[in-house]
Amino acid sequence: MTHDILLAGFGGQGILFAGKILAYSGLMDEKEVSWLPSYGPEMRGGTCNCSVCISDAPIGSPLVTEPSILIAMNTPSLEKFVDKVKPGGTIIVDSTMVDAKVERTDVNTYYVPASQLAVDNELAGGANIILLGKLFKETGIVSPETFKKAIEKVVPAKKAALAANNLRAVQLGMDYNG
Amino acid sequence: MAVVFEKPKSLADVTLHYCPGCTHGIIHRLVCEVIDEMGIEGDTIGVCPVGCSVMAYDYFTCDMIEAAHGRAPAVATGVKRTNPDKYVFTYQGDGDLAAIGTAETVHAATRGENIVVIFVNNTTYGMTGGQMAPTTLPGQVTQTTPYGRDPKLMGYPVRVCEMLATLSGTALAQRVAVNSVPHIREAKKAIRKAFENQRDKKGFSIVEVLSTCPTNWGMSPVDALKRLEDEMIPYYPLGVFKDTNAFPEKEGE
Amino acid sequence: MERNLMKGNEALAEAAIRAGCKCFFGYPITPQTEISAYLAKRFKQAGGVFLQAESEIAAINMVLGAASTGVRAMTSSSSPGISLKSEGISYIAGSDLPCVIINVQRGGPGLGGIQPSQADYWQATRALGHGDFHLLVYAPCSVQEMVDTVTKAFDMADKFRMPAMILADGLLGQMMEPVSFPEPKTDFPEKPWAANGHGNKREHNIINSLFLQPDVLEKSVKDRFERYEEIKANHAEAELYMTEDADIVLTAYGATARVAKSAVNMAREQGIKAGLIRPITLWPFPVKQINEGSKNAKSILCVEMSMGQMIDDVKLAINCSKPVEFFGRTGGVIPTPAEVLEEIKKYTNGGAK
Repeated sequence: MTHDILLAGFGGQGILFAGKILAYSGLMDEKEVSWLPSYGPEMRGGTCNCSVCISDAPIGSPLVTEPSILIAMNTPSLEKFVDKVKPGGTIIVDSTMVDAKVERTDVNTYYVPASQLAVDNELAGGANIILLGKLFKETGIVSPETFKKAIEKVVPAKKAALAANNLRAVQLGMDYNG
Repeated sequence: MAVVFEKPKSLADVTLHYCPGCTHGIIHRLVCEVIDEMGIEGDTIGVCPVGCSVMAYDYFTCDMIEAAHGRAPAVATGVKRTNPDKYVFTYQGDGDLAAIGTAETVHAATRGENIVVIFVNNTTYGMTGGQMAPTTLPGQVTQTTPYGRDPKLMGYPVRVCEMLATLSGTALAQRVAVNSVPHIREAKKAIRKAFENQRDKKGFSIVEVLSTCPTNWGMSPVDALKRLEDEMIPYYPLGVFKDTNAFPEKEGE
Repeated sequence: MERNLMKGNEALAEAAIRAGCKCFFGYPITPQTEISAYLAKRFKQAGGVFLQAESEIAAINMVLGAASTGVRAMTSSSSPGISLKSEGISYIAGSDLPCVIINVQRGGPGLGGIQPSQADYWQATRALGHGDFHLLVYAPCSVQEMVDTVTKAFDMADKFRMPAMILADGLLGQMMEPVSFPEPKTDFPEKPWAANGHGNKREHNIINSLFLQPDVLEKSVKDRFERYEEIKANHAEAELYMTEDADIVLTAYGATARVAKSAVNMAREQGIKAGLIRPITLWPFPVKQINEGSKNAKSILCVEMSMGQMIDDVKLAINCSKPVEFFGRTGGVIPTPAEVLEEIKKYTNGGAK
């Protein structure tokens, strides 16, 4: 089983961090993983995306061109990648940032007002993790326990508050039913 | 019989390839005298340039490295940074140091690399047969300035010591000459000071030595020495342009 | 062994420290700058010299200076920066000095782009500077393999007194993969030739590439080429993947080999007998392995992120004894497995018998 995941949005939305947590989660589950960011001028406040592969088998190209899972955190990203998603794939949209709807019927689309939820719950910058929560809930690719382990691995111990916020954010995403 | 004069120990007993009347030999000797007097031959690594002194690695008996044209300060940086307790010097001509190697020179100086640079300025590219150097004087005839160097077309000569004296990393910038006994004595003192600066970790030390090139100047050795005095020194005044510790320790340290 | 996710560039840097690298001289250029940034931070604790040079030219000459004293020295850059270093690399080779140079390739020519590319194959294997010489050229294809290659590159460079290059690309440099590191190396070869101060205990050592007498220079070059023969005979490496019964064998190295391997797997699922030869050393080129891996194939498909540079070596390796086709993307475009599969089908009649 291979998950080809593409996370896309603006620079500063935590796209790369969310991708890293996702990749680490795969590692915690002893899967093969890869993480590949867009880089260069693109990163300077423009669009930003990140390819994450989680697989039982060694990973070929780490560049995800036909995602099985797309997390879109702004409108340009959704427009750019919506048609690339594999049939039967999953699209998670931050509906605070994106008004558009996905017209495709051969994919599972979930709309989460993640940026608004983050503000409402005093989790500034936590929209990315809220969306991951929704992803875990709908696809089961990562268990909450695994995610917790990944957070502990990535967030230094001295930033315990940050880790706690991430756990709260992922729970918000898992609990959201819109 | 008492020995009153001998070759420095760190100068190899070989025939130098320099032209008759060329002052490279004197400058080699001064560097070696300083190395001998300080007793540092075994702890010294020299870096040669491309130019007339390209084969100086055969003349100095300390360990030697041959650099690419202009890159000696970078090579010396690599040596010194990984061997901070050794003495490292470069021996470079004007084309090497002030034309193709300007960036390496300026940045080694501004970093305050704790090395000694012996800069031999004879206002010409000697090895390749006498072309215009960055230090060629206005009006000077060379192979590539057959009508004399016209600053409007070829720019002005570079005064290296004055330029490097503006940089914070430079500890010593001194210009000397080897056209007379008093000047030679002064030159040796400057070279000694430069090596002592390195010992005391004061920063980048450059000694610019005004030198002659009778062959490419088309002069007898004596006339060449006279030209140095009459034409070069007025444009390139001798003296200390900077003498300081580039890295004074903070009070209380 | 604990595995952590790490960016390729940072993993290369950490691996250098484990390999006993004591100094790094570099200049910022995308997409390899993380190597500098990592070492600037880590050398402080690990005990080493990091210096940001004023230019690529200065950086490679600092490497020359440090390597002259017997210290393990490294620099890294990306394509345009490697061009600038080529002067120094020629001097390093001519002075018989060991060092490691990393090229995290990007698209060219000129300023080109910053996305992954393999357009420096010719430069790395043919013309990294003037004169008769070679570098050892390694082409790892994963972050872990990059880590393992660093120690090997330093060891081989020391053994044969020559520069070694790790030819990576923006994809390998920027991606994160799980990686584990070897224990720090503790045994290093003696370097009696080093110019690190003779301490009045031996004759002076001279590090030099100047030989004005033609016969002397010829001899020094020929001696070096004798060493090259030994390397060619014993140190060429390649990975063979499903080549035994393959009708079509792909040749690809580095990041492209990952794409090619995916394409081979897809082809096999569709009943097409495809295989892959992945050169791990580009110089020496794995001639024997290419012949071994393609002996039953009807054709070879060379896949590269360039307009076709390695393909010449593949043709030479098999003496043009069978068709060698080419598929490449360039300028920073990464070929997809689906594209490569289409090419495979083109030369295998879609798998139809």
